[in-house]
Amino acid sequence: MRKVPNNRAWWLVLPVFILVAFSALIPLMTVVNYSVQDIFGPNAAYFVGTDWFREVLRNESLQASLGRQVVFSTAVLLIEIPLGIGIALLMPTGGKRASLCLILLAIPLLIPWNVVGTIWQIFGRGDIGLFGRFLNEIGINYNYTADPVDAWFTVLLMDVWHWTPLVALLCYSGLRAIPQAFYQAAEIDRASRWAVFRYIQLPRLKSVLVIAVLLRFMDSFMIYTEPFVLTGGGPGSSTTFLSQTLTTMAVGQFDIGRAAAFSLVYFLIVLLVSWLFFTAITYPDRDK
Amino acid sequence: MTHSKRRGFGITFYILLLLLPIYWLLNMSFKTNQEILSSLTLWPQNFTFHNYAVIFTDPSWYDGYINSMIYVSINVVITLLVSLPAAYAFSRYKFVGDKHLFFWLLSNRMAPPAVFLLPFFQLYSSIGLFDTHIAVALAHCLFNVPLAVWILEGFISGVPREYDEMAYIDGYSFPRFFIKIFIPMIRSGIGVSAFFAFMFSWVELLLARTLTSVDAQPIGAIMTRTVGASGIDWGVLAAAGVLTIIPGLLVVWFVRNHVATGFALGRV
Repeated sequence: MRKVPNNRAWWLVLPVFILVAFSALIPLMTVVNYSVQDIFGPNAAYFVGTDWFREVLRNESLQASLGRQVVFSTAVLLIEIPLGIGIALLMPTGGKRASLCLILLAIPLLIPWNVVGTIWQIFGRGDIGLFGRFLNEIGINYNYTADPVDAWFTVLLMDVWHWTPLVALLCYSGLRAIPQAFYQAAEIDRASRWAVFRYIQLPRLKSVLVIAVLLRFMDSFMIYTEPFVLTGGGPGSSTTFLSQTLTTMAVGQFDIGRAAAFSLVYFLIVLLVSWLFFTAITYPDRDK
Repeated sequence: MTHSKRRGFGITFYILLLLLPIYWLLNMSFKTNQEILSSLTLWPQNFTFHNYAVIFTDPSWYDGYINSMIYVSINVVITLLVSLPAAYAFSRYKFVGDKHLFFWLLSNRMAPPAVFLLPFFQLYSSIGLFDTHIAVALAHCLFNVPLAVWILEGFISGVPREYDEMAYIDGYSFPRFFIKIFIPMIRSGIGVSAFFAFMFSWVELLLARTLTSVDAQPIGAIMTRTVGASGIDWGVLAAAGVLTIIPGLLVVWFVRNHVATGFALGRV
């Protein structure tokens, strides 16, 4: 769309600007302020420069938490993106059945995150949960509260259950936007199903896949409530991800300076990786 | 034919797997605690509404749903009111700093809520909004407004400029054109944005729980009460969980025809 230069348009974005400045800029400045000070009391704060940042970057438990977070987000993307594309390809192309499919797929997305945790907490239990009981009955020793591997498996499975529908719905809308003529041309050329997918469907899915990868990366990197309810970060700290570490530090231990420095590093990582994803996926379009 | 049958089978199988954990929650919500703990039954043997009765008769329970509904509604209204003009401006005009502003807005969607926990708590406490619905609604604007601006910008860019120019020639003032002509034209976009604002505000708990204590406490925070000295009240917990799913189902029903485009954020 061609856009008209008009600086009075600022009046239209002013409400958003004020609102977001209030709810993002002021808190962010507070965080920056804390991150360079050591605060003992209301009138006893000392400027410490980059000390907190240095400490945070060297802190081993934070590094371990970051490592787990990276593994988790990578696994989430590697499982959910292909699975979501596959499901979108299976979905009916129109009519009442398609509407029904869409609504049913959307259900997990509309459940409050703590309830998602509760659902899996119940479902995976060895005594009262269908899933945990089933695994134990067929001879698999499964206990997500005691075994770190089982806990990881359950948290991952929960996330796949929770968010794959989002990827599927995004891809579904991308697929619906492909004109029928493309498929007819492929049929005339006797293209194989794989060729249709590789050269017609996949390229057309790119714009929605950018959104899917970005949303899934950001949200999995910020995950807090679901694993907190399901495993509480345990056993030990095997499923403690960055948000939980940060929340414990800021609210639990009230370790403000360190938590603030950590917050900024955390935010920067999310921004940087999102930018990298965005640039990497859209790079080939640059020259066009 | 066999191919499409196999597809139908595949998607049905997936949806059944998807619904199984939810069925288990529903199943448990109609059982007595004694039945839940004594044996694994695939459907309730002693069907009971007791767990739901506990929630519907106790104000400290159902107030949680009312609180959540109130702050979610306020959030949706604020989000739409500020996002609509902004999305229009981003879609139609070039102005100083427009790209920077747009990316700055989006970057807030990437901010982990945990980062803002402490500053939000202090900010809202200092201006006397702690434990009010409006505080949670404003806090949720952090991620809902950028998303709404993004979605609406996509939908608005799908409406040709010529409509705006024609309305000008016909003598419409900008506010009148915007309300009378433009908003009806992008109503599916507005519906979808409202749906997303509802969804992300309804499912969020970390900020909502931190900014409230009694008067505006969300249902998610109240649900932790089921963990008592005598163990967990599984039946009531399950019933409370089932009741949190229903508002989402109602809302998705209204936007079902636009939900696919909506999930692509109006950008397909």
